[in-house]
Amino acid sequence: MAGFTYTVFIVLIPLVVFLITGLLGMKWKPIVSGIIGTVGLGISFLLSLITAYKYFIGMGHGAEGFQSIIPIEFTWLRFTESLYINMGVLLDPISVMMLVVVTTVSFMVHIYSLGYMKGESGFARFYAFLSLFTFSMLGLVIATNIFQMYIFWELVGVSSFLLIGFYYQKPSAVAASKKAFIVTRFADLGFLIGILILSYVTGTFDFGKLTQPGTAIFGSAATMSFMGISALTWAMTLIFIGGAGKSAMFPLHIWLPDAMEGPTPVSALIHAATMVVAGVFLVARMFPVIHFQAPETQEIIAYVGGFTSLFAAVIAITQYDIKRVLAFSTLSQIGYMMLALGVSGYGGEEGLGYMASMFHLFTHAMFKALLFLGAGSIIHAVHSNYMYDMGGLRKYMPITHITFLIACLTISGVPPLAGFFSKDEILVAALHHNKLLFAVEFIVAGLTAFYMFRLYFNVFWGKDRHYEHTPHESPLTMSIPLMFLAVASIFAGFLPFHHLVTSDMMGFDSEMNYAVAIPSVLIGLFGIAMAWILYKKESVIPEKLALKWGILYTATYNKFYFDEIYLFVTKKIIFNYISRPVAWFDRHVIDGFMVGIGMTTEKVSYRIKGMQSGQLQHYAFMFVAGTLALTLSMLYFLK
Amino acid sequence: MIEGIAIEHFLVVSTLMFFTGICGFIIRRNLITMLMSVELILNSVNINFLVFNRYLYPDQLQGHFFSLFIVGIAAAEASVAIALIINIYRNLQNIDVENVSEMKY
Repeated sequence: MAGFTYTVFIVLIPLVVFLITGLLGMKWKPIVSGIIGTVGLGISFLLSLITAYKYFIGMGHGAEGFQSIIPIEFTWLRFTESLYINMGVLLDPISVMMLVVVTTVSFMVHIYSLGYMKGESGFARFYAFLSLFTFSMLGLVIATNIFQMYIFWELVGVSSFLLIGFYYQKPSAVAASKKAFIVTRFADLGFLIGILILSYVTGTFDFGKLTQPGTAIFGSAATMSFMGISALTWAMTLIFIGGAGKSAMFPLHIWLPDAMEGPTPVSALIHAATMVVAGVFLVARMFPVIHFQAPETQEIIAYVGGFTSLFAAVIAITQYDIKRVLAFSTLSQIGYMMLALGVSGYGGEEGLGYMASMFHLFTHAMFKALLFLGAGSIIHAVHSNYMYDMGGLRKYMPITHITFLIACLTISGVPPLAGFFSKDEILVAALHHNKLLFAVEFIVAGLTAFYMFRLYFNVFWGKDRHYEHTPHESPLTMSIPLMFLAVASIFAGFLPFHHLVTSDMMGFDSEMNYAVAIPSVLIGLFGIAMAWILYKKESVIPEKLALKWGILYTATYNKFYFDEIYLFVTKKIIFNYISRPVAWFDRHVIDGFMVGIGMTTEKVSYRIKGMQSGQLQHYAFMFVAGTLALTLSMLYFLK
Repeated sequence: MIEGIAIEHFLVVSTLMFFTGICGFIIRRNLITMLMSVELILNSVNINFLVFNRYLYPDQLQGHFFSLFIVGIAAAEASVAIALIINIYRNLQNIDVENVSEMKY
């Protein structure tokens, strides 16, 4: 459809900015790169808003709901007549929503970084990588087919790796970036195999053909199975593993807390608001396939999401590094989104979970980016990541304090802030489909409120610590994004998502379910109250509790030893029993074979070089003898 | 065509000369003698050219011209070889071919 062709520029502008700042950034003053990056992203941001306006409001939606629009598409790589890979722009409710989310958060982070990263060496590099990331993420969002998505998916992984390892002089940052890359890459292997199976079964990569409900392309798939499970279930489960890797779902969550080694704006952009929800987006994109063709996979998604949200929330309670608390909270919230997709039905009211998941993705991006940027502001002032170095900051940093409080209230689900609405929809969807998961999520809602306010009270209340210099409010470039995101966190909840972003693009009427809303608000308030009692004033109760819980507390503090388990499995088992024999085989058998050929040649030539006597008459004799032999043999054979 | 002498007689002589030359080239150590052996080989070939020309194609002259060229080239070759031999003598104070083994390896 005409009129949306310009959307391709939303994606291309960050790419151009990346090339300019990446290639020429060293030549001019660092701030120039920052400004180019910010302005470029500002344009993308405006274009996204215009697109969203035109798509959701300008086009309206008739009886048949929203349309999928493909303004641009071309064949990028053609192997055979039937096997080809396209590149293009696909606009439908979720991709337009994601465009808005990604550009908004990215734009805010760009502005914020002007202040936060000021004076850092590698300022231009930082902006180049940010633009690269934004480009990849936008390309992922508007992908028209699953292969294009995979390409950008890997690009996102690479830029995440680059940004986590931004402080490459710091060994911990290097280790964290490697860990993130390897873990997500491992998961992406599943994704790739899933794509291959899926495209083998259906003969297409195209989302338009795949996600049509009741399409005939799965006809032949029903008969194929492996180990008693249908091929499509395998494909979808493998694709979900890819999504779980990026979204850091249990048990592939281990990279996300370490990824906090990157600069804080990066954590806000990549590891809170955009990249980690790529997995959720992937599942949402493939939702019709998963729901109709692979219901078992959907069950898995629901339980993995539910478990991760509980597991991460419990760990978050015991952490002292404020960025890690936020990282675990991100895990927990993404668990919510996965769970909502896992329990959702298709179409109309049944698709409540789908809608709720997307809604929560949207609001979560706003308030989690706000939390991270707030945390960055605090770290900027205090020069520490740890809660026990902080206290009483509300007097020094009023703007950060207020915006952080808003974000905490939002994530705790206090009405009428955004988090309340989206979380409530998820809880309703869970209640309709699975009582157990509902109970889990209900508890997690309380835990979330508790750990967020533990953080809040520890940082902004309590006693003043001994600071190297008096903490001060952050500069305007940092506080403006905070304020903008705070406003977004307050009002995002009023967006009529159930009319805009739904599983079948039709829109439905949704009503507040008070039977769920009131208890969920109450448990949130209960969590806040607990945090108030324990942490508002300096008190010994938390330590006593920690002692009382003993082993359980230590286990939680150490994240249930998952890192250690992974290390054990990789270092002790895989390295010793697989890698070492393989390395031995490589060194001794394969290398040995090659070296053997070389050595043999050398030895043989050493032996036969004695024939080169240097005596002219030997040569002459050999020559004559050879000629004679040839002549005689010719005479004999050609007689 | 020379009356009374068959072609085989000429060929036997040239063959004897050829193998005498090869034998001398391989056996003798003195470079001058070896050079003489090479001349023998060349001249045996000359005889062959002339004889075949005379007996098989009496009305043509290619064989004769070839022999003349070979004689010219043999003279040039002899001068180059003697120059080499003189240099070898200056370096080694003898002209024994067994001492010339710079080409080894």
